[in-house]
Amino acid sequence: MRSNILYPIYILWLRQIKRYFRSKSRIIGSLGQPIVFLVALGFGFGSIFAKAGNGNYIQFLSPGIIAMSIMFTAVFSGIELIWDRQFGFLKETMVAPVSRLTIMFGRTLGGATVATIQGTIVFLITIVIGFRPDIFAVLWGLLFMFGIAIVFTAFGTAIASSMEDMQGFGLIVQLVNMPLFFLSGALFPLNTAPFFIRAIAFINPLSYGVDGLRGAFTGLSQYSLGVDALVIAGVTVLFLSLGAWLFSKVEV
Amino acid sequence: MSDSSISVKNLTKTFKGGLIAVNNISFEVPKGSIFAFLGPNGAGKTTTIKMLTTLLHPTSGSLTLNGLDPIKNPHDVRESFGIVFQDPSLDDELTAYENMFFHAGLYGVPRSETPKKIEDLMKFIDLWDRRDSLVKTFSGGMKRRLEIARGLLHTPAILFLDEPTTGLDPQTRNYIWTYIKKLNEERGLTVFFTTHYMEEAERSASQVAIIDHGKIIASDTPANIISSTGTANLEDAFIKLTGKDIREQEAGSIDHLRQMRQAFGGRRK
Repeated sequence: MRSNILYPIYILWLRQIKRYFRSKSRIIGSLGQPIVFLVALGFGFGSIFAKAGNGNYIQFLSPGIIAMSIMFTAVFSGIELIWDRQFGFLKETMVAPVSRLTIMFGRTLGGATVATIQGTIVFLITIVIGFRPDIFAVLWGLLFMFGIAIVFTAFGTAIASSMEDMQGFGLIVQLVNMPLFFLSGALFPLNTAPFFIRAIAFINPLSYGVDGLRGAFTGLSQYSLGVDALVIAGVTVLFLSLGAWLFSKVEV
Repeated sequence: MSDSSISVKNLTKTFKGGLIAVNNISFEVPKGSIFAFLGPNGAGKTTTIKMLTTLLHPTSGSLTLNGLDPIKNPHDVRESFGIVFQDPSLDDELTAYENMFFHAGLYGVPRSETPKKIEDLMKFIDLWDRRDSLVKTFSGGMKRRLEIARGLLHTPAILFLDEPTTGLDPQTRNYIWTYIKKLNEERGLTVFFTTHYMEEAERSASQVAIIDHGKIIASDTPANIISSTGTANLEDAFIKLTGKDIREQEAGSIDHLRQMRQAFGGRRK
């Protein structure tokens, strides 16, 4: 008898968007890290990268940093779940005549949109710094950006659903985020890396996001865009299901 | 069929580890009544409210709200009651109006009616002038009023209030009770509330149930409870029935959260 299931999803999505745009410190604060990485690594390693015959490092690095900023924002959005639990708002949604799955989808969509916006801002910054993407591929790029965002927002929700304290969440996220980022091919080409790094990158979902993004923007990728998209789609389903399952067990 | 708004029969909740939080309780809440559910800390009040409001499944027994079973029809039941939780559940980063608006959206209040309803309710609780202020700028009493208004937005038949006046000054408490009584009289709203302030229950409730150690130990009108215990007021009757020992509540995960929140800046002021 629920007339419209999409409207509650929209409402939950809208709440997160409003909160995001209201928090200027959050927008600006989370741009610091990608800018430091871009400038320090991009210009620092640029000449070495070129000497090794790999071309323009900014061109290589930028998609990796965009992917990184999306992933970090997305995973960290899980903290809002813990926050809402502590400050009670989660209860308000849990007693509403809306299924847990709907709540989880609404929140994930909201978190993923915020992460994609954050990624888009970083994308614009990379262009200022010297990144020259293939402008016709921007649509593909946006698709991959949103894919990375959904995967890792669902991942963050899954972690947050099974935790209660914020400090713990922060530590776990750091523990997971850093290796995923460094071993994803965001910073260096994987085809010349040692076997164990390639092995980890092979099972790291972020690798496919980075690869897809780089492929879309610059035409250079390890796998084809189709393979990257397929893996991201598969992992999205996996993490959404995992997140939904863990979220359904949350007690308030 | 019946005149009961809430009907509870042989309700039991056993938690993992064997703790029997609610032990075979039965009671009826008449339609249009103000029902006080009293008990010391850890007696089973919140567990009962959680079961009534679909947040927790009973281990055994049956309950109906407005003739509906919360386990079989959680969504229909959720539409039929409003709740103000013991701890604030507003989004501090949103304005008062936005909190109302989002609630309406989640509850499927028809969009054409939403603005008018929000305006009426916010005028009723005297917060219409502050509709565009962020909730984090509100005092504890203002937040409570807003939560009550929000709980009424989808025109429920029952309003649950879990310790609605804890931590508020006497003026605000008095103000809130005036509202609640007005709602009860004007709209025929059934009110189910818990409190540790016995004089509130004595003054406002038409029916009282006292729960202790998971069992209902008294259920009657305040006057009858007082006379049957031979005491002067409900507070004395309550002490006589439940004893003088101080209860140490076992801290659950939510209590840890509560402590942390207080460490983060105690919003309940």
